[in-house]
Amino acid sequence: MNRLEGKLGWLLLCVAGLVFPLVAHHDYMLTVMSTAYIFALATIGLNLITGYTGQYNLAHSGFMAVGAYTVGILTVDHQWPFWIAFVCSGLICLVLGFFVGILSLRLKGHYFSIFTLCVGYILYLTIEKWDGLTHGVSNIIGIPAPVVFGLSIDRAVPVYYLTFVFLAIGTWILHRIVHSLLGRTLMAIRNSDSLAESIGINLMRNKVLAFMLSVLYAGYAGGLYAGAVRVLAPDLAGVDHTFDMTMYMIVGGMGTLLGPLLGAVAVPWVTQYLQFLQEYRFVVFGPLLILLVIFLPNGLVGLYYAKKNRRASARQHGATTGSTGEASHGTSASGTTPSGPASPRSSADTPAQNAEKGHA
Amino acid sequence: MFLQQVLNGLTLGGIYSLVALGLTLVYGILAIPNFAHGAFYMIGAFVALYLMTSFGLNYWLAMLGAGVVVAVLAMLAERLVFHPLRHASELHPMIAAIGLLLFLEAGAQAIWGADFHRMTTPYVGIIEVAGVTAPIQRLLIIAAAFGLMLALHVFLKHTVMGATIIAMAQNRDGASLMGIDATRVALLTFGISGVLAAVAATLFAPINLVYPGMGQLVILKAFVITILGGMGSVPGAILGGVIIGLAESFGAFYISPDYKDIIAFALLVLILSVRPQGIFNREARVS
Repeated sequence: MNRLEGKLGWLLLCVAGLVFPLVAHHDYMLTVMSTAYIFALATIGLNLITGYTGQYNLAHSGFMAVGAYTVGILTVDHQWPFWIAFVCSGLICLVLGFFVGILSLRLKGHYFSIFTLCVGYILYLTIEKWDGLTHGVSNIIGIPAPVVFGLSIDRAVPVYYLTFVFLAIGTWILHRIVHSLLGRTLMAIRNSDSLAESIGINLMRNKVLAFMLSVLYAGYAGGLYAGAVRVLAPDLAGVDHTFDMTMYMIVGGMGTLLGPLLGAVAVPWVTQYLQFLQEYRFVVFGPLLILLVIFLPNGLVGLYYAKKNRRASARQHGATTGSTGEASHGTSASGTTPSGPASPRSSADTPAQNAEKGHA
Repeated sequence: MFLQQVLNGLTLGGIYSLVALGLTLVYGILAIPNFAHGAFYMIGAFVALYLMTSFGLNYWLAMLGAGVVVAVLAMLAERLVFHPLRHASELHPMIAAIGLLLFLEAGAQAIWGADFHRMTTPYVGIIEVAGVTAPIQRLLIIAAAFGLMLALHVFLKHTVMGATIIAMAQNRDGASLMGIDATRVALLTFGISGVLAAVAATLFAPINLVYPGMGQLVILKAFVITILGGMGSVPGAILGGVIIGLAESFGAFYISPDYKDIIAFALLVLILSVRPQGIFNREARVS
């Protein structure tokens, strides 16, 4: 099992993603999957600011819509080529994220979340009411399909691979960020900002940086959405999409690399099976979200690491109480620090740290 | 025309203040931004409408019934959702509140449908004084809202029960040491916030519409108000509500009715960029 946590596991996931179109016997399945990948990309960004830095940004889908509308407006109204517009979608979010960031990150905790909720609403209202720029409620239609090496990406299979490639790149970049000094700085801020400040971390600068990177993900997810779905409605900016992404994050596990991916892919499939509920799906998902937060706050990935830690510490416990001399040998294989029998619960509370050790 | 806008502003302000008061009380006790509060507001309107149409209750009885139902709902939410999370990080109760919001909105839609409903009121007359046309329902809203605020003030300042709420908001541990039952106070606070939301909704519904998403904008504005007035501050919520109400009605009249909903948020962004600690708040929230 332990071997699956490292490069091999990611390689297997990659292979699974690459062969999926061969086993999917319906274009519809591919479309569901590529939409899931697009939202997974945005969820990765939300995870960076919420899961790793501890700031819950409720304007995330607003930024995704800004990215999508950038592509929509530039390609449809100004006839720019898709890829140039696509590059702009992230950059515009980056710039907007800088200004929103320096303003909103002056507030802490709940206040930050409430403030970004309002920012998200401003973005939504602006998109809906500014007919001249965004076409408002009459939607942007006819966004040209992106072209790669002369191949027009307008069928289900190419769209699938396009989104898959971007998701893979996005995940790899997040992996690099999380394991860099920046990533550790962000986690230090999440765990205690006053402690982080006391060891010389510039809170504001790092938080704004994390915010900008996170909305950069949202922007590119939006740009990709515009290219894949090719119709844009103001609803994309609605806070409901941020709630959806939160759900993906919570199901999989906040502050882990794999968790949000797992959630973002699994939840849409469950939703497919709950089709008969249609818009009432939150009658089921709402309580589910509450139950998860109460009983499984670290998601599926957190559950896995908690189990593993418990097993490891039980083994260690057995080794130390038994008279065989190989204490602490049992845990060294998994790379976790021997935590002792007393602390499996406390170490299970921070799956992010464990996740990291697993990937290292 | 000026007085007309003042009247409209006070109507809006009264409603916003009632909703914001519920939010701010809960925040004062449990430090939870209750995102589901707007859903309580919406359920209140639907219950009142249901009591009026299906049981033929009159307006005031329906309001009372809605108040009781939503108070019970809010207390249940405290017991089942927020109480188990009292030791969690600050992120988790927020997400749980969102789960509750999604559940209540989808539930209301499943029971009552997504359609817009109109609530009838026995008070349809119009009073004209000095060129100001004042529908009686609007005057009623102003009187009832500010009357309720006064009652709340008396309750908080002059009864033992009210004092326990204030004590708990000031210092949780200190209050427990004085023998105040934290569980009872939390339940009481949620109950009061539910009643305030239901009454506000039933007052406002006749000049607005009843539908599952009706709470979303109101709750956002109530959040703006509580941020401006200081989370947990009762006078801040009332004053903030009136300010936002007036700003909106004047903005709709002098600027553009299309963008009137954005005014509250623009005001928030503007004020917080100059004063991150809010207008009435001395306690710093700046990092």
